[in-house]
Amino acid sequence: MHQRTPEITIVGGGLVGLSVALGLLFSGRRVRVLDGADCDARASQGNFGLIWGQGKGANFAPYAHWTMDALAAWPGFAQQLQELSGIDVALDQSGGYEFFTDPSEMDAFKAELEQQAAHLGGRAIYEMLYGDDLRSQLKGIGPDVVGASFSPGDGHVNPLRFLRALRCSVQAMGGRVTLGATVAAIRPQLGGGFALALADGEVAFTEQVIVCAGLGAATLARDLGFITQVRPQLGELLITEKLGDRLPFLSSTIRQVDEGGVQIGGTKANAGLDDRETLPIMSKLAHHAVTVFPALADVRVVRAWGALRVMSPDGYPVYAKSGPNPGAFLVTCHSGVTLAPLHASVLAKWILNTSATPDLEAFDECRFALSHAA
Amino acid sequence: MNVASRFRTLPETGDRVQFTLDGALATAPAGVTVAAALLAHSGAWTRRTAQGAPRTAYCMMGVCFDCLVEVDGTPNTQACMTLLREGMSVRRQTGLRDLNGGHCGRG
Repeated sequence: MHQRTPEITIVGGGLVGLSVALGLLFSGRRVRVLDGADCDARASQGNFGLIWGQGKGANFAPYAHWTMDALAAWPGFAQQLQELSGIDVALDQSGGYEFFTDPSEMDAFKAELEQQAAHLGGRAIYEMLYGDDLRSQLKGIGPDVVGASFSPGDGHVNPLRFLRALRCSVQAMGGRVTLGATVAAIRPQLGGGFALALADGEVAFTEQVIVCAGLGAATLARDLGFITQVRPQLGELLITEKLGDRLPFLSSTIRQVDEGGVQIGGTKANAGLDDRETLPIMSKLAHHAVTVFPALADVRVVRAWGALRVMSPDGYPVYAKSGPNPGAFLVTCHSGVTLAPLHASVLAKWILNTSATPDLEAFDECRFALSHAA
Repeated sequence: MNVASRFRTLPETGDRVQFTLDGALATAPAGVTVAAALLAHSGAWTRRTAQGAPRTAYCMMGVCFDCLVEVDGTPNTQACMTLLREGMSVRRQTGLRDLNGGHCGRG
């Protein structure tokens, strides 16, 4: 069967690529998503599912606002996915805590929240809870916790179901998703458009191409003239047996999956592309969880894994249009869950350059040009 | 004794140990796992999932988690990875365990 050349091809079928694809499909474009191999570093299959705003953009006002916009857009987005895919992503946005056992770390985070609030004005809502005040509000918090911050707009989804809901939604909107299609090279064509050389030898043509390949974007983006260098950051996670009780809180390091298991994580390490979990970190995670909530002490850990975050040099998203190769875009970020509702709406409109588009210039990669030249 | 089970133990040569299943006395050959003892006992379900589906030991090698039972008060114990001991108290589970060590659905 003859397939028309897609107007837009997305390289990368993770949370970011599928969200962008969905936004472009909403605007009536023909979209194809090329997803890589099973063994690729897939942040979308190893993440924590947080929808998180606390402290984000303390040093970068556009990111603070962008994140708040995303938090506000989540309920409608989850509804949209449910209607398109029939999948409930288990959105729970009833607020999140950040727990501290070290008073100086808590003070430092308080300063970050204040700085974030200075950018956000009335949009920032958070409170700091100390010692026994916290323990009287939240039963079962351990005695070594000095306090917590709380933000009512934070939440989480079931990350694997979210990934599936996105893929099914893209397909329901008529998008083509091709699995096992690793793009080896992207070649701009004379007269416009791009040839995508797949690892299996096939060549696919497209009018526009958006690189959303996470850590896989490194060489593809460079060959198109982008200067952003993404790097992997290892996060390790534990998951416990399923519990019949609900934990009374969500935190950035301890969350209960809607199906009952408790996920514990939040570590950061630079280990290159090695995503193996390590015993010392697993032990540290378990210790942290029991310090925060001692009732977890006799709960068994049933799985542990490492996954690689996709980090830009400053940790903020990159939304870049290629200068030398018009029609090529780079989209990469760490917060593929949190920002998904905007990637599927505002960002897609920015890519299409339709009227009344928002100004996303703050997220252009030109901010890295000086540091590269230095 | 093994009336309902379709599993048959090897010809018995050694000692037997006594345990309780949901409070009722039962016996099994010494040296077997809790899962083997339960399969030989009746072969009936030994836990119900959160959705209420009946399950019993399946993989017998610690992978499938379908053999979870409460052993001496500890819920979610893998019966296939636990050797049966004299006087053990084994209880079938219904639903998920609680934080305090019990499990849902038990009175």
